[in-house]
Amino acid sequence: MNAQIDKAVNGVSGWVTERTPGLAPFLRKHLTEYYAPKNFNFWYYFGSLAILVFANQIITGILLTMHYVPTAAGAFASVEYIMRDVEWGWLIRYMHSTGASLFFVVVYLHMFRAMLYGSYQKPRELVWVLGMLIFLVLMAEAFLGYVLPWGQMSFWGAAVIINLFSALPVIGPELVIWIRGDYLVSDATLTRFFALHVVALPLVLLLLIVLHLGALHEVGSNNPDGIDIKKKKDEKGRPLDGIPFHPYYTVKDIFGAGVFLVIAAFIVFFAPTFGNLFLEFDNFNEANPLVTPQQIKPVWYFTPYYAMLRAIPSTLLGVVVMGGAVMIFFLLPWLDRSKVRSYRYRGWFSKMMLALFVVSFVVLGWLGLQPGSELQTLVARICTAFYFLFFFTMPLWTALDNTKPVPERVTSHA
Amino acid sequence: MANEGVNNGRRRFLTATTAVVGGVGVAATGYAFLSSWKPSARAQSAAAPVEVDISRLDLQPNARLTVQWRGKPVWIFRRNEEQLAVLPGLAERLADPDSENTDQTPAFARNLARSIKPEIGVLVGICTHLGCSPTYVPELRPQAFDSEWRGGFFCPCHNSRFDIAGRVFAGVPAPANLPVPPHHFDPGNPNLVIIGIAPEEVA
Repeated sequence: MNAQIDKAVNGVSGWVTERTPGLAPFLRKHLTEYYAPKNFNFWYYFGSLAILVFANQIITGILLTMHYVPTAAGAFASVEYIMRDVEWGWLIRYMHSTGASLFFVVVYLHMFRAMLYGSYQKPRELVWVLGMLIFLVLMAEAFLGYVLPWGQMSFWGAAVIINLFSALPVIGPELVIWIRGDYLVSDATLTRFFALHVVALPLVLLLLIVLHLGALHEVGSNNPDGIDIKKKKDEKGRPLDGIPFHPYYTVKDIFGAGVFLVIAAFIVFFAPTFGNLFLEFDNFNEANPLVTPQQIKPVWYFTPYYAMLRAIPSTLLGVVVMGGAVMIFFLLPWLDRSKVRSYRYRGWFSKMMLALFVVSFVVLGWLGLQPGSELQTLVARICTAFYFLFFFTMPLWTALDNTKPVPERVTSHA
Repeated sequence: MANEGVNNGRRRFLTATTAVVGGVGVAATGYAFLSSWKPSARAQSAAAPVEVDISRLDLQPNARLTVQWRGKPVWIFRRNEEQLAVLPGLAERLADPDSENTDQTPAFARNLARSIKPEIGVLVGICTHLGCSPTYVPELRPQAFDSEWRGGFFCPCHNSRFDIAGRVFAGVPAPANLPVPPHHFDPGNPNLVIIGIAPEEVA
């Protein structure tokens, strides 16, 4: 009996291998013989978690499109229909809305990990640039998705963000009409946003994720010590400080996914609005083009940039500063002149700058949620100034930094 | 097929012409695809003039009518003597007190109250910053956002402020005054405002 099963399995796998000789080498290259540094710590969960959330968004998103109506007249009611009448519709929608916020939690932590350990440095510049492109597309995807429920925040958020383009000289006003497809945010805007949100950008995201991973697996993963593990190899050419991604890190990542899912489930079941942060209360009112809500603010993951926009007393300059704040991240691999990668071997000044950068980013995020008093505007301006100072002066203090010697092999801790 | 007798000049010519023809095709198709995002004929035809009966403004103080013209909110409101009296004194706090920017102020409204009749204000209720609809705060008393408030409009999105004539304050995100839409009063009925047609366009 067993022999027969073996024969059948071998027969099928032999048949497949004969026709796709590249499959087994592909799996070896990316899983069983992808040697990742053995000292990965907590910060290395967030890449695989981002893929998990992406899968969640695709699956729940497909189910939502089956009930959602992408018209100005029907959108708001169809979302309420999903919440009340569709079997388990509330669960699917809350998984999608919570997933959107958690996507940004995971991606921000993933980016911070790269800043912490200098993962963007040579030879991983392309990995970083592709990751930044994912971040940009993800921001667009999240913005488009937030418009679809057609609540007050959806409508006025869309009106504000689209109008950012009107600040561009000469072509601005025409461009805004072209994006909206009308003289105001309307049905035409909603239907194109729906098409972009469910078809165009997910395809782009998928492609970029494949390229991001492909580029990573060419050069290999960085690690908390910032050491190149390929320099020390055993007689078979395997890195001494590397372990195969599968099974070692697949198991580690499954554990991380388990913990993450417990947290995600808690939010989905007990706090889906997350206190006005993940779903804003004003968005439970249907869009009204004649009345702007008392306080307009974007979802939390855009608030650091929104606070910058609001602090600058000029539309064009505000847009330039806001856009520049995102785009300047692309230059990180070339702004960092440090001899070492990881913060573990950097001097106190570099550590202080990174810490202050995180503080100013979080403070800006908090300010973006506030109404914006004069004191708050002043603090926002100071934080914005530091945000750019951090990047502009980086070549200086990373080059002058008092670094410590980097060990030959990875350290055992963590 | 071997490489004997290859005419390299012809090969280059064919490659270049194929690329040009293909490129023109891609550009033409791209133009059609991108143009499909422009306002459709239906959206353009929805931009017709709107007639408004303003007699209801007299029913209560600080009343305001909001009508939709080209999908945008247009406000029609009555200003009292007190509100009009503060307009000259605000000049130094404003970015464009004399409405020199003609994009927002047509010639017929280039006056202190930016209107045809000083007591009747007609404005497009869309903030010139990023398109929110500002809140009407007509009372002349201190507000949380401005301790010297003299009545006007406050945008909750990014804290831009405008006076009761729609003139923007200096130092706020909005770059320009609130637009005055083309409009005129019906010659036969002073309580009828036609929004969408300027006085000079009336035959």
